Amino acid sequence: MTEPRWVRIGLAVASGGVLVFLYLPLVILAIYAFNPSRLQAWPPTGLTLHWFAEAAANPGLRAAIVNSLIAGAGATGVALVLGTAAALAVQRFTFFGRETISFLFVLPIALPGVVTGIALRTTFQTLDVDFGLATIIVGHATFCIVIAYNNVIARLRRLPRTPEEASADLGADTWTTFRRITLPAMGTALLSGGLLAFALSFDEIIVTNFTAGPGTQTIPMWILAAIQRPAEVPVVNVVAFVLILLSAIPVYLAQRIAGGATGGGRY
Amino acid sequence: MTTASSVSAPETPTPQPGRLRRFAAWLHLHKRVQRNLLLGGPLTWMVVAYFGSLFILLLGAFWDRDPFTGQVQPFAWSLDAFESLITNPVYLTIAVRTITIAAAVTVTDAILAVPIAYYMARIATPRVRQLMVVAVLMPLWAAYLVKVYAWRTILQGNGFLEWALGPFGVDAPGLGQILNAWVVLSYLWLPYMILPIFAGLERIPNSLHEASADLGARAGITFRRVTLPLVFPALVAGSIFTFSLTLGDYITPDLVADAKFVGNVIYDNSSLGNLPLAAAYSLLPIVVMIGYLLVARRLGAFDSL
Amino acid sequence: MRHLRIPVLFSAVALLLAACGGQGSGSTGPTPIAEIGDGEGELNLIIWAGYAESGETDAAYDWVTPFEDETGCQVNTTNMTDSNNGVSLMQSGEYDGISASGDATTRLIASGLAAPVNTDVFENYDAVFDDLKNLPHNTVDGVNYGVPHGRGPNLLAWNTEEVTSAPTSWEPIWEGGADYAGRISIYDSSIFIADAALHLMATQPDLGITDPYQLNQEQFDASVALLEELDANDPLYWSDFNDQISSYASGDVVIGTTWPYQVNLLQAESAPIEATLPEEGTTGWSDTWMMYSEAEHPNCMLMWMDHMMSPEANAQATVWFGEAATSEPACEAAEALSPGHCESQHADDPGYWENVWYWSTPQEDCADDDPDTTCVTQEDWVDAWTSLRGA
Repeated sequence: MTEPRWVRIGLAVASGGVLVFLYLPLVILAIYAFNPSRLQAWPPTGLTLHWFAEAAANPGLRAAIVNSLIAGAGATGVALVLGTAAALAVQRFTFFGRETISFLFVLPIALPGVVTGIALRTTFQTLDVDFGLATIIVGHATFCIVIAYNNVIARLRRLPRTPEEASADLGADTWTTFRRITLPAMGTALLSGGLLAFALSFDEIIVTNFTAGPGTQTIPMWILAAIQRPAEVPVVNVVAFVLILLSAIPVYLAQRIAGGATGGGRY
Repeated sequence: MTTASSVSAPETPTPQPGRLRRFAAWLHLHKRVQRNLLLGGPLTWMVVAYFGSLFILLLGAFWDRDPFTGQVQPFAWSLDAFESLITNPVYLTIAVRTITIAAAVTVTDAILAVPIAYYMARIATPRVRQLMVVAVLMPLWAAYLVKVYAWRTILQGNGFLEWALGPFGVDAPGLGQILNAWVVLSYLWLPYMILPIFAGLERIPNSLHEASADLGARAGITFRRVTLPLVFPALVAGSIFTFSLTLGDYITPDLVADAKFVGNVIYDNSSLGNLPLAAAYSLLPIVVMIGYLLVARRLGAFDSL
Repeated sequence: MRHLRIPVLFSAVALLLAACGGQGSGSTGPTPIAEIGDGEGELNLIIWAGYAESGETDAAYDWVTPFEDETGCQVNTTNMTDSNNGVSLMQSGEYDGISASGDATTRLIASGLAAPVNTDVFENYDAVFDDLKNLPHNTVDGVNYGVPHGRGPNLLAWNTEEVTSAPTSWEPIWEGGADYAGRISIYDSSIFIADAALHLMATQPDLGITDPYQLNQEQFDASVALLEELDANDPLYWSDFNDQISSYASGDVVIGTTWPYQVNLLQAESAPIEATLPEEGTTGWSDTWMMYSEAEHPNCMLMWMDHMMSPEANAQATVWFGEAATSEPACEAAEALSPGHCESQHADDPGYWENVWYWSTPQEDCADDDPDTTCVTQEDWVDAWTSLRGA
């Protein structure tokens, strides 16, 4: 600790302020989830669990959750496979254009989603592809690859090469070495990358809006539609409240796996 | 960092190698094939799904439209879209407005993020640090749309702000102020700024700070001369998100500020069927962001992504 | 590497486009379906919000579930924000049909996206009011391209606590806009230029506006100038009807243009909102259910069209939205839901509708036979609106 006392206190106060700023809207929303009135006026008029029952009984909501889980799992799977392959290639081999690869992968997440969305939509239409879950997965996977790639490459950089070399010296072939040495060493990086990719996919609305067909709804799409129906706005508050609570699980899990000091890994 | 202990001894090759095994053995000796196999999948995906799509979109910028039905006519070449963009000054106004707000959001987030990231990385006890990381991460998982709507209920008449500030004679800001967009977008992207800065600060070895202090530098000087330059790439990495996400957003400006951003022009024109104009205007964020990324890469931000 | 790829991709695209060519040209020899067959199990519709209720907002208003139960067609809906958006959604080719207003119907017919329909296949068409049949916005050369859903006016709505003397004309938002600066609610679509033109029709007869949708350059410029004055008073633009409801409910806006639907919902929540059809007349709509010419589920769509003309469904839908029902049997069914509905909505009163200018598409030839007149096109309307909103 080299910082003087007043700096530490000042920073603690500033941090507290930022956390209040981050959580105030979420807390207000959580309170609205228990508000009996359909109108979002402050202060709330009472306390009810009525909207939780409505949310549980909503069939459209259930279908949307299933769709979001499928889309998230699909996109995360594709992203992990492709991102890991790319990271291995970049980290383990030298070749012309190596430096450009990470630049290319970062583009889909750095360019605005509305551009990615329209581009994919135009292409699918041109190719006469039917819009549905598959097109959503393609859209999501495209910007999730970089997440897996970054996590894996950060881990590979810190990984000593000696176990792999020892494995090879002992006569193991490439596949065995990968399966027994490299893959286990990357395990936690894959898991935290997978979690973040899944989170991004689960919350993505812009690209989804452009790549979903008329009959397919994900959770954000359901929220957007429900918010347009005055009667369903209180149910949206409930969904938001539950989503925030549930999100604590994967976030905490990722933290535990990463063991706190994560260095260059992503969260 | 616990990986080495979990590694067990490699299997000895089986006496009768299967076809897959033999292929693996062959691969072992052919590094170039290995590399191409690894790169083939991801590169094909990116080139076909992503760059192919971008290319088709940009091609669409040069397509003509039927002036009455609005039907796009592929391969009927036209520069009409670009002509509209140049002749109508509104598109420049919108671009300037968007880039200004994106820059303001980025600076705001950096100012808010550095103290808390510093506290997390260097002052908090490990337990508090872990809790704070979770606390910063959780809002990222809360649905984006829900957060925007939470802000609507705060800002609009009869909302939280009017309730809290009304006694001091302050009116609700309503939903038509451009400043709303600045506040809400800064709110939305703040975790994207905090996390890379935190990771960057965590990577700086403590010995550097001690050395600086031993040499007689006060805390302020150490921060300015040692910490800030070392964490700057991480800050730039975070700014890629805050800047780009603002540049492309069309939902937030519409819902909280009734304002048109670059994203709105692209989205509106695509939803009104004017794909050529949407595609032509898409060039703006593409060019701006590629420029931004090239500068960011020179500043070393990519290692902090 | 990139240089090599571009021509390859280009030719791939060209080939594919060639393969799907002829898609839009199918309208040359239209042959309407002569008989409704079995349903395809699904129906994807583009609708105005509130046009396909399944009891989610109010359990008493549900005309989708009975249809699904009866036909086995699962209904998916997408709300359009305005007619331009509706046309664009139809161009995507993913939908079976649309509840199109007059400013969309003409464009859909001209581009071959709307399928001709044989009205003989519908059980409920005969009963439809005669003045809703064979109208120019949905019938070309005697061929029908759809069936009516309902018609209604755009209204002037105000908060009775803030606007104490009930307005009778559009004057408070145009000339009197400064009194309500920052608190005016305006529909966010290029078609709203017609509302300015309509007001000028009454206040500036010298301009010679005879149709608020077909404007020559001078008339158009005057309308846009009037809109710019309005814009200077910082109105809140709405495209999502729920945005407008919440801004009226919260008091953020106190006067503006609206649909009867929002007035119904606001009054149901006992918000202090009144609405009127101003004396200089108003814009409005007469909506048509149209089928996509290459619909994936044509039988379901035709059954839906018939269903929407049936007395029960038409009564529910038109009472729910606050518009005029399309047939005498529907009016009778509506009595049970809202006594006096058809009378108050002037369902069978052709004279009333002369004061309502149905949305229609601005056309270069002014939609008339006079070769000497030229009017500002739809494109320029959208462009002017973009400039107004973006500045």
